Amino acid sequence: MPKLAVAVRPLLTLAGLLAVWWGVSRSSGIPAFLLPDPGSVATALWHQRDLLAWSTLTTLTETVLGLLIGTGLGATGALAMVFSPRLERWLMPLLLLSQAVPVFALAPLLVLWFGFGIASKVVMAVLVIFFPVTAAFADGLRRTAPGWLDLARTMGASPLAILRHVRLPAAMPAFGAGLRIATAIAPIGAVIGEWVGASAGLGYVMLNANARIETDVMFAALFVLALMTVLLWTLVDRLLRRLLYWVPEG
Amino acid sequence: MRSDDRPPGLEISGLTLRYGSQTLFDNLALTVPAGQYTVMLGASGVGKSSLLRVAAGLAAPDAGRIVATDGLPVAGRIAWMGQRDLLYPWLSAIDNVTLGARLRHERPDRARALDLLGRVGLADRAGSLPAELSGGMRQRAAIARTLYEDRPIVLMDEPFSALDSITRGRVQDLAATLLAGRTVLMITHDPLEACRLGERLVVLSGAPATPGEPVVLPGAIPRPADDAEVLRTMASLLRTLGAAA
Repeated sequence: MPKLAVAVRPLLTLAGLLAVWWGVSRSSGIPAFLLPDPGSVATALWHQRDLLAWSTLTTLTETVLGLLIGTGLGATGALAMVFSPRLERWLMPLLLLSQAVPVFALAPLLVLWFGFGIASKVVMAVLVIFFPVTAAFADGLRRTAPGWLDLARTMGASPLAILRHVRLPAAMPAFGAGLRIATAIAPIGAVIGEWVGASAGLGYVMLNANARIETDVMFAALFVLALMTVLLWTLVDRLLRRLLYWVPEG
Repeated sequence: MRSDDRPPGLEISGLTLRYGSQTLFDNLALTVPAGQYTVMLGASGVGKSSLLRVAAGLAAPDAGRIVATDGLPVAGRIAWMGQRDLLYPWLSAIDNVTLGARLRHERPDRARALDLLGRVGLADRAGSLPAELSGGMRQRAAIARTLYEDRPIVLMDEPFSALDSITRGRVQDLAATLLAGRTVLMITHDPLEACRLGERLVVLSGAPATPGEPVVLPGAIPRPADDAEVLRTMASLLRTLGAAA
């Protein structure tokens, strides 16, 4: 794919969406407090730039902390499960439980336990991403090509040396896949936490704007949230591509 | 392999191996003579790879033992070449060659690795990733890695089967030349490969599998593909394999 097309295609899609949005808000007769037009959202974005910038910083901090802690815990959990089948039998139900209970249902409890500050949102983000990271990484660690393991064994390697030099690098593409998913969904955890109880963050701004029927501010916050997630994902994707220099680009 | 120690042969005796209800080997005995290139053939599923894995210590037999003919244990004196090149895609050619050292917590000898890469014609590709090498180059890098391990016994499981016939011929020549003097046990499906490289051919057949009377081929290896003796042996080998299948 030519480079120009890669850069232009998302912009074209965005422009198309804006045009449709503008057309609908102008011609459908839907009142502005239900569907503001792109122009008034842009104005809201500009007027509320300080509030939105601060809120983005809060949500971004929660998301990144959640990602770091969740990835660390997930990687540790995957390693532990692969090395101890007994531990896996204990951990797996817990892991499934963390997915079976909707984060939405847990959110009020977490806010009650961890407070209105950033801690409860970080825990939410961790809960959301722990499963994809652990599952993907554990899967990758288990699926090392048998030939690679055989060769390393005939070279007289200890299990620990095989883990470090063969199984870990071989599992990195699977780990990367898990981390990409985690990056895309971590902000969901943070924002749900903010909806349930917070004093800062994009979710908090949305909730307040919604209560005052400031739909344009809501849309502006939503736009900033989407932009933040896309940029964060792109950054992680770039880092992973550099780290996984040996994986052919699909 | 240091020139002062002669490689031992392999003595397999009383070997029994079962897979579920299937008995692959029952009290199998096989001698792999020291310092020779032995080639093992047989129908798919007869148990060639299993035998090689047991010899390499990768699988435990239900009974029997595998000893070196000098009476010392086999462990730690075997280099392995599996099906395909088994290069680790995240390591450059030279890092693949020296991986054994890192796996054993030894300091990699880059100068020796470079020298070996030179001998397989890859001196200028030491820094290349496997994905940047052709199939033949990858297999040559795998030979350099096997040589770097410097073990007296080399076990090979259809190492050249993924190569096209021209490249395969070249890599066979290289392997025969560079592995000369070591005890080699190689599995192949290719009768021509067997007759070009083998100093001793063993056909494994039956269930449970037993080795046939070994065919000893005279003359230096690698033999040219159009050698009359090679062609004659290949024809009789095809008959034997056809009858066994």
